[in-house]
Amino acid sequence: MSRPGFVLEVDDRTPPLVVHEGEGFRLEEFPLGTQVVYPPESLPAMSDVDEAIQHALLHPEGSDPLPSLLRSGMRLTIAFDDISIPLPPMRKPDIRQRIIEAVLTMAADAGVDDVELISANALHRRLTNAELKDIVGERVFRSFHPQGLLYNHDAEDRGNLLHVGMTDQDEDVEINRRAAESDLLIYVNVNLVAMDGGHKSVPIGLASYKSLRHHHNSKTMVRSHSFMDMEKSHLHHSAWRMGRMLADHLKIFTIETTLNNDVFPKPYDFLLKREWEWGVKDQASMLAVRRGLALAPDKLRHKMFHDLRAPYGVTGVHAGETEAVHAKTLANVHRQQMVEVQGQSDVLVLGVPYLGPYNVNSVMNPILATCMGLGYYFNSYRGQPVVRRGGAVILYHPVKPDFNQLHHPSYVDFYEEVLAESTDPAVIEAKHEEAYATDPWYVHLYRTSHAYHGVHPFYMWYWAAHAMDHVEEVVWVGGDRRAVGRMGFRAASTLADALEMVSGTVGSSPSITYLRNPPHLIADVH
Amino acid sequence: MILALEMFRSVPRMVAAKAVGGRIPGILSGPAAPLRLVSREQPAASRPGWARVRVRLSGICGSDLGALSGRTSLYFSGLVSMPFVPGHEVVGDLMDDCDDLPSGTRVVLDSVLTCAARGVEPCASCSAGATNRCDRITVGHLAPGLQTGFCADTGGGWSQVFIAHRSQLHAVPDDLTDEQAVLVEPLACAVHTALRARVNRGDHVLVSGAGSVGLLTTLALRELTPAGDITVVAKHAHQRDLARDFGATDVVVPDEALRGVRRSTRAFHVRGQLGRSYLLGGVDIAIDAVGSRKSVEQALHATKAGGRVVLSGMPAVADLSAAWFRELEVIGSYASASREPAADGRGSFDLAMELAAGGGVADVASGVVSYPLHRWREALDHAHSAGRLGAVKVTFDPRSSR
Repeated sequence: MSRPGFVLEVDDRTPPLVVHEGEGFRLEEFPLGTQVVYPPESLPAMSDVDEAIQHALLHPEGSDPLPSLLRSGMRLTIAFDDISIPLPPMRKPDIRQRIIEAVLTMAADAGVDDVELISANALHRRLTNAELKDIVGERVFRSFHPQGLLYNHDAEDRGNLLHVGMTDQDEDVEINRRAAESDLLIYVNVNLVAMDGGHKSVPIGLASYKSLRHHHNSKTMVRSHSFMDMEKSHLHHSAWRMGRMLADHLKIFTIETTLNNDVFPKPYDFLLKREWEWGVKDQASMLAVRRGLALAPDKLRHKMFHDLRAPYGVTGVHAGETEAVHAKTLANVHRQQMVEVQGQSDVLVLGVPYLGPYNVNSVMNPILATCMGLGYYFNSYRGQPVVRRGGAVILYHPVKPDFNQLHHPSYVDFYEEVLAESTDPAVIEAKHEEAYATDPWYVHLYRTSHAYHGVHPFYMWYWAAHAMDHVEEVVWVGGDRRAVGRMGFRAASTLADALEMVSGTVGSSPSITYLRNPPHLIADVH
Repeated sequence: MILALEMFRSVPRMVAAKAVGGRIPGILSGPAAPLRLVSREQPAASRPGWARVRVRLSGICGSDLGALSGRTSLYFSGLVSMPFVPGHEVVGDLMDDCDDLPSGTRVVLDSVLTCAARGVEPCASCSAGATNRCDRITVGHLAPGLQTGFCADTGGGWSQVFIAHRSQLHAVPDDLTDEQAVLVEPLACAVHTALRARVNRGDHVLVSGAGSVGLLTTLALRELTPAGDITVVAKHAHQRDLARDFGATDVVVPDEALRGVRRSTRAFHVRGQLGRSYLLGGVDIAIDAVGSRKSVEQALHATKAGGRVVLSGMPAVADLSAAWFRELEVIGSYASASREPAADGRGSFDLAMELAAGGGVADVASGVVSYPLHRWREALDHAHSAGRLGAVKVTFDPRSSR
């Protein structure tokens, strides 16, 4: 039986607590009275995942069973979430592989020949063949990839995009033509956090810039309170309008899955436990890992973390009509991640780990670190933000100005050129976004190399727009001063220094809340 | 007798400067400098049209530093006469009447020693007003020397007195300070460069380098041409600020130059072997205002096919592959002309004099640094590091003794 999440109030007996900071972690002593929000313990995994998949496909929500939707001569497209989730990547076999194999078996039984598989990477980088293989499995990869039937979505391939129409709010709905013209589109997702899934899958994962710009913009982002609460997220409102419109044009069969909180394998599993419950073995592991990280050169440390594969357990598989499925999925996510928190605090403390959605097998550059901290983690709330308006956020991350030139070429220019001029999301959107979005060099790299689209760093910055609008101060503990300064924030060496720096805004005895994630949590703030 | 700094021929010093000057810059103003402070006879202005000039300020130019550090191409060895007194950016006072200019007139010097100065029939270039292209710079009644400051007979600005021909002299308006006036000659070169670039309306121009040549060229481009975006490559913070003041729309540091140009011109980026990086596409016109191999290649690599590259700095050996492959028009820009066809026949100096009166140049002039002749080693050190130390122009003030 797993225990629910809870809020610890730091007292004299509280040991130093784990705070993630890039490719490492520290043990931090928080001021007395600090509220520490712990996620629920990992939910029990399904004992027979294949059986659960079969059940979901044969007894779907709000839809006929999958076999009855399959017929010979039809065009079937299977789209799936790309490498940006789950984080860390999961141990093989990937849940998407299991589902795709089950779907393909049913399709073969029905005599369906025309099948294509598309990685729904929107404006993310193209996955390498090895990464595609990791997701769909060796068998599916070998059967489809050599024939060109398993590929990455190309949001710049004008010939393979279809403008389906406009929503009632004048939003362009333009998605992958193959998917839009299929008799059946099956979408296979991994619903890692509450933000994922539902109508965010097809209308975003298979869309073009023309369509994405309607919700991936500073105005929508700043009004989404929060991304983890689809009822209050303007981003989701837009995606839902698009999704409902698409559902009128196209038969979509959605398959969503949820995972438990087992994000760290041995010997890192002590990071999942509450510090005062660490046994001798956990203490030994912690010391060994800390010592190893301290001695390891940068490349080895990078490898130690990025080679991690999470031993996730599957907690739910639901299939059928998108919205009916997503309601069940969200309930599962909330069961695993929701923690009740009473009231807002003056200061929110967040440890930004080594990995976010956009640096899998890559480097977390300053913009991605900001997106992770002020975008995803800040928005890990329901109801109201954990920190009060005008409060402060203190983040932990080295914020090294290191960029992966292969994956993030436009990020370098964004950092050097755009952020040097302004850090205001609305200003940079108006002045620079279109030039980056249509830059032929970035388009070329996105289409032919493994580069994120030219406009992607803008989107990352917009993710942080709500936080930047809400709080008065942002301080990075341990952050590179130049990089942090370039982004309009401040750097501190220690938590004490950071608290001193924000004391002008929140006073010398502020209320502090620390969200101890990963694993993922959603603070349900009353 | 006058005090003068004299450059003399010294093969060992030239070799030493060339060999280790890059690694040990101090040697360039120390033991390897083929320069000495001498006491010598005042040059005589015995021919008609010649007069003596008492120096107020004389600038240290990049070409002077190149000559002293052995970086100058041997191509020029036949165009100078040793020993000579360097210094061709000069403001001074006439000590004699000179045709229409009375003694005491404050003048600046157009340093090219043309047919008129040499007392020979005007060559085709001089006849056309392209005095900087004079073909007679080795003959006539003067020793060979492409300019004052490279000729054994005229003396030069790095002394108390030198001689100049009326064709070289321009009276300075009273409203210009000496510091502004000493910038007129480099400004005239910048004017000539900007006009040589033949900028069309809206052209995107890259200026590689933000020393005095680069900054003044930026000013001339903005004031005298219909250039659109001007991107300036500047290494130091004060240069970046000045470049913006002078009309640059974008300023980038050298390591980011190609990236910055690529972004603003939406060019494609190619990485060759051994870090060779260049653009397919780029600016319409690039102006190299440094003359180093790196800056020349940067200009070539950042210019779009069919574009134009103007060599304003005295160029080093560079890889010209891009010029061939991208069909670039590579043109030189040397000194200044007495008649600029692109400016309705007006002279570079006239235009420069107007620009020098502007607020921008006045600001720069306030940062002009001067040294007495006997502190020439410090002056050269300062000039070698002018960018880093925040100076746009280092000069000699032969009137000063401290």
